[in-house]
Amino acid sequence: MIMGSNIFDFSSVTRPFHEWLLENLSPGLTMTIEWSIIGLILILFAAISVMALVYLERKVAAFFQLRLGPMRVGPWGLFQVVADFLKLLMKEHIMNKEADKFLFNLAPFIIVTAAFLGLGTIPYALGLHIFDINIGVFFITSVSSIGVLGILLGGWAGNNKYSLIGALRSGAQVVSYELSVTLSILAIIVFTGSLQLSEIIESQANGWWIFKGHIVAWIAFIIFLIAGTAETNRGPFDLAEAESELTAGFHTEYSGIKFAMFFLAEYVNLFIIAAVGATVFLGGWMPFHIAGLDTFNGIMDYIPSILWFFGKVFMIILIIMWFKWTFPRLRIDQILILEWKYLLPINLVNLLLAAFLVLKGWHF
Amino acid sequence: MSGIKKYFGDIFHGLKTLVTGMKITGYYFSHARKEIITQQYPENRESLKMFERFRGIVTMPHDENNEHACTGCQACEIACPNGSIEINWTREEDPETGKKKKTIEKHVYHYDMCTLCNLCIIACPTDAIVMGQTFEHAVYDRSLLTQVLNKPGSKLRAGVED
Repeated sequence: MIMGSNIFDFSSVTRPFHEWLLENLSPGLTMTIEWSIIGLILILFAAISVMALVYLERKVAAFFQLRLGPMRVGPWGLFQVVADFLKLLMKEHIMNKEADKFLFNLAPFIIVTAAFLGLGTIPYALGLHIFDINIGVFFITSVSSIGVLGILLGGWAGNNKYSLIGALRSGAQVVSYELSVTLSILAIIVFTGSLQLSEIIESQANGWWIFKGHIVAWIAFIIFLIAGTAETNRGPFDLAEAESELTAGFHTEYSGIKFAMFFLAEYVNLFIIAAVGATVFLGGWMPFHIAGLDTFNGIMDYIPSILWFFGKVFMIILIIMWFKWTFPRLRIDQILILEWKYLLPINLVNLLLAAFLVLKGWHF
Repeated sequence: MSGIKKYFGDIFHGLKTLVTGMKITGYYFSHARKEIITQQYPENRESLKMFERFRGIVTMPHDENNEHACTGCQACEIACPNGSIEINWTREEDPETGKKKKTIEKHVYHYDMCTLCNLCIIACPTDAIVMGQTFEHAVYDRSLLTQVLNKPGSKLRAGVED
């Protein structure tokens, strides 16, 4: 760490535990134990955060529409999500007689796996980073595109017109918008010169990229928000499940816990997109720093890094929800026009501009 | 050249309209505490106030002298599409002028047939009947739904027919 001497380092807790395990056990066993602990924590974290997100979504949607949202189960309807989840667990598994049974059962697992792979690579706080590989951004963008495979399989295997159309739409959409997400992140990668998420964060110790990167970072951020919303299949790009046209789109045929898995993956993906946006554009867990103002930076460091991270993620999620509950759904041709005629060319020019800025050394 | 201008014009116009929409919902979201219109019904039963145009049940308002404005003209009975209103009327001799005058004995209202269509209120020339604000009308016996709207002993308010 260059600055931020006051930031609490989570590795000061995890490292002694790791060393203590190594002293008492063989390296292989140590690894197994650590992996299982991390896996458990991740599953727990995903379950809790998805419940929180579902509650947040329902409340935010209600407030945008001048309603109250869930109010009956528990104080302010806090236990509504728990009740819904329990109901989902107890529902019957129904499968179409003509369905492709293997693919039908495989699809939810592919989606959930893709979502969890993304969760593992996100830096949550200083020292709280499970899988810090040097191609972090590349890894996240590639595993998150596995998810569309699950959508396609689920739509195909159900043997239902609605789900097949939903899956095809989703395929066209995700394949298109993956480009924009990646290119908009690439604009910042040009500045940082590294794909490693921890290094991207370190490079923002003297200011977040959204402030340091001039107009380029702003354009990239806006495009990232639009394309990220589309990639998570959320409104106004939710035509993969378009309730009014396709009943439920690709997961029409799913019920019970399998449906819950799609639901879980959807919200985990939302979290991942927001977390990547927060990390790349808003400095991840890095507190708000202004180069030169050391006392100010020192005060900012006293706010725990995990709060900074989740605060930023929360803000981005709120913006994406704001999109969903404001804009009407696009048609499939409008979505493709938006991507190929507008976002992609702007993105490419933006990338060129970023390269030019770096070449001239005009960024901070 | 105009194509390029249109391209960028479209982008900025699109962004502008999107921001306009987000401003409106953003206002709703940030002022949710004040603007929320949802009523939590059983809890706010005491303080619940229905809106002006609410169609509850047909009522006949009486003033403090137990007088109403119904002249017995039967316009509501004729206007009612499903026969919910029956008016029992007689001709009474006016003690001062000696003329015979139509008065109502009973304004019978069958709530079990009423669709709350508001046509009787529109038809009434003297505004003797109005739509009430109550809505909890469930009863265990169907006969309770047949009501007599004019109170016993009530009479026509003076000056209504002039």
